[in-house]
Amino acid sequence: MDEFLFAFLNGEILREAWPILWQGFLYTLALSAITVPLGLLGGLILGLLSTSGPRAVRWAAAAWTDLFRAIPPLVLLVFLYAGLPFAGIDVGAWGAVAIGFFLNTGAYYGEVLRAGLGSVPRGQMEAARSTGLSHGQALAYVVLPQAVRNVLPDLVSNTLEVVKLTSIASVVALPELLFQARQAQNATYNATPIVAAAVAYFVLLWPVVRVISRLENKR
Amino acid sequence: MSAPPTAPRPIIDARGLWKRFGATPVLKGVDFSVAERELVFIIGPSGSGKSTLLRCLNRLEEPDDGSIHVDGIELLSPRTDINAARRRIGMVFQGFNLYPHMTARQNVMLALRKVLGRGKAEAAGIAAAALARVGLAERMEHYPAQLSGGQQQRVAIARAIALEPRVMLFDEPTSALDPELVGGVLNVMRELRESGMTMVVVSHEMAFARAAADRVVFMADGQKLEEGPPAQIFGAPRHERTRAFIRQIDRH
Amino acid sequence: MGGLDSFLFSFFNAKVMASYLPMIAQGLGLTVLLALLVVVAGLALGLALAVLRCLGVRPLNLLIIFVVDLFRALPPLVILVLLFFGLPAAGISVSGFAATWLSLTLVLMAFSEEIYWAGITAVPKGQWEAARSTGLTFFQALRMVVLPQALRIAIPPLTNRTIAITKGTALGSVVGVSEILGAAQSAMSFSANPTPLTMGAIAYLVLFIPVVALGRWIETRFAWKR
Repeated sequence: MDEFLFAFLNGEILREAWPILWQGFLYTLALSAITVPLGLLGGLILGLLSTSGPRAVRWAAAAWTDLFRAIPPLVLLVFLYAGLPFAGIDVGAWGAVAIGFFLNTGAYYGEVLRAGLGSVPRGQMEAARSTGLSHGQALAYVVLPQAVRNVLPDLVSNTLEVVKLTSIASVVALPELLFQARQAQNATYNATPIVAAAVAYFVLLWPVVRVISRLENKR
Repeated sequence: MSAPPTAPRPIIDARGLWKRFGATPVLKGVDFSVAERELVFIIGPSGSGKSTLLRCLNRLEEPDDGSIHVDGIELLSPRTDINAARRRIGMVFQGFNLYPHMTARQNVMLALRKVLGRGKAEAAGIAAAALARVGLAERMEHYPAQLSGGQQQRVAIARAIALEPRVMLFDEPTSALDPELVGGVLNVMRELRESGMTMVVVSHEMAFARAAADRVVFMADGQKLEEGPPAQIFGAPRHERTRAFIRQIDRH
Repeated sequence: MGGLDSFLFSFFNAKVMASYLPMIAQGLGLTVLLALLVVVAGLALGLALAVLRCLGVRPLNLLIIFVVDLFRALPPLVILVLLFFGLPAAGISVSGFAATWLSLTLVLMAFSEEIYWAGITAVPKGQWEAARSTGLTFFQALRMVVLPQALRIAIPPLTNRTIAITKGTALGSVVGVSEILGAAQSAMSFSANPTPLTMGAIAYLVLFIPVVALGRWIETRFAWKR
């Protein structure tokens, strides 16, 4: 038991590792604050194209969505980070994460928003247009708010996945929570920093999981 | 204008409208005009093209051929600002199409704010007046789900008239309502008519048509078969199809 | 070399492709094996937890909910790293393959339990009552009446979630499993050419595009039958 506590819940090591874990935690928050909007933007573009574009565009949007739902995000990230430089395109770790998340989580958000936009009756757009609102205004004020509300549980649940997914940025050496925890673990030969990182993720995301369960039970 | 000088000038003037859905023509060269302050009823069996005609008049449907002038504006011209034109043409839908995420007042305010650019307070005032006019002063802060079908349709009418349109189009405004709620909506329409609003109504409310319409248009198979004052269309229809249709409606 | 030539040389190099095809193919085999083991174990464990939850024993249910929440909240990569680098510190050594399998299985277990449970609670109470009133036992009612209906509801979300989690097999590359991505990365460093990565991406597409399409098909099919 003592050995277990020493290896996994070591107070001394936790104190030592705390500053860099905290930095990693903040980095994870910052990464999420960038990747979630990027994914939403990609998803919004895909969602709109796949519901209101011409037939060929809709088809292309669906194919694009399936393509990036089929490629594991880590593969995409490694390709962008380690593959592209061979062609003389070096987007850096940040660039790779930004592009990768835009493509991958954009596809998932796109699928959710497509369903949401499809759930709003056509009459809503017609009523809005009949009062003189432009297509964009009708989307922004009338159709999108309803679409978002109809798929809110899926949107929140997807956002949870995006925040969790930021942990793969550790693979391209961005100093987020998991990366820092592994650095600390390597330096101390002790698993406590990783346990601490897991606890931090859990504390951050458990409320979100609860909210999703609530939202899903309500519908 | 070719109309005799005594006749009021047409505020809606549609010529030779064609509309196809895929290979099926639903409007086959329809001419349709409405004079200012006139109330025109369009009747006809389902699939006759009457709703399509109405929806062409604010370009919710794009006609394949023909021309439409509303209040002097060429509606089908690519140079026309369709959003500006549409706010002069109010529309009321069979399914109300209220925005479920907004209160009655917000439903009315949206276009006032975003299309006419009115300030918040001013828009709220106009919306309150419009809702009072349809008898819903007490229900302004209710959401559509908290209102009866009849009340929702009256909010939809308020949403349209708040923009002070020159013309109002009604697409089967009472068809989705329980019978006891129809009267309230018809009363609002009657009041609108008395205030001089130009109205085009697609509906099966024959009693209302008899009492309030200036002219009744009968459509079948994408064509206008006959038109005239209600007394003539209901009392002495010339066309066999019209007679059959009216017999059938009266039986119900 | 022109732009296109250099692009082709880097990403679609025939020579590199030919020499590393066996390696990528082996990786593909390992990915398929890992994915199948995850799907079978994860879906079975999730169903088991959902059935246990039906018993309505309060402390047990709270425990199940906590476990499910835990594995929904933690990133799979964090679970994997914890298992792979943490367990040896407790004297338990696990292979990268086992650690990857276990972490993804736990995640799929958690997500699928939630989906099964939602399906079970969506079956009207009257179904239970009718089944029990004809003398069926609790488990007979569950197995023959409630679960078939619950599974019908659960299948579309379950398919999509399973696909998303199974793609996590690529995380195995982080702990040295030579599945597709791991194999591709090794091949890339041997050959100093990113063509193997392209091959890896194509291998994933070959593997998952049909599954994604199947998910889409199931979604629409079940949607209009409801």
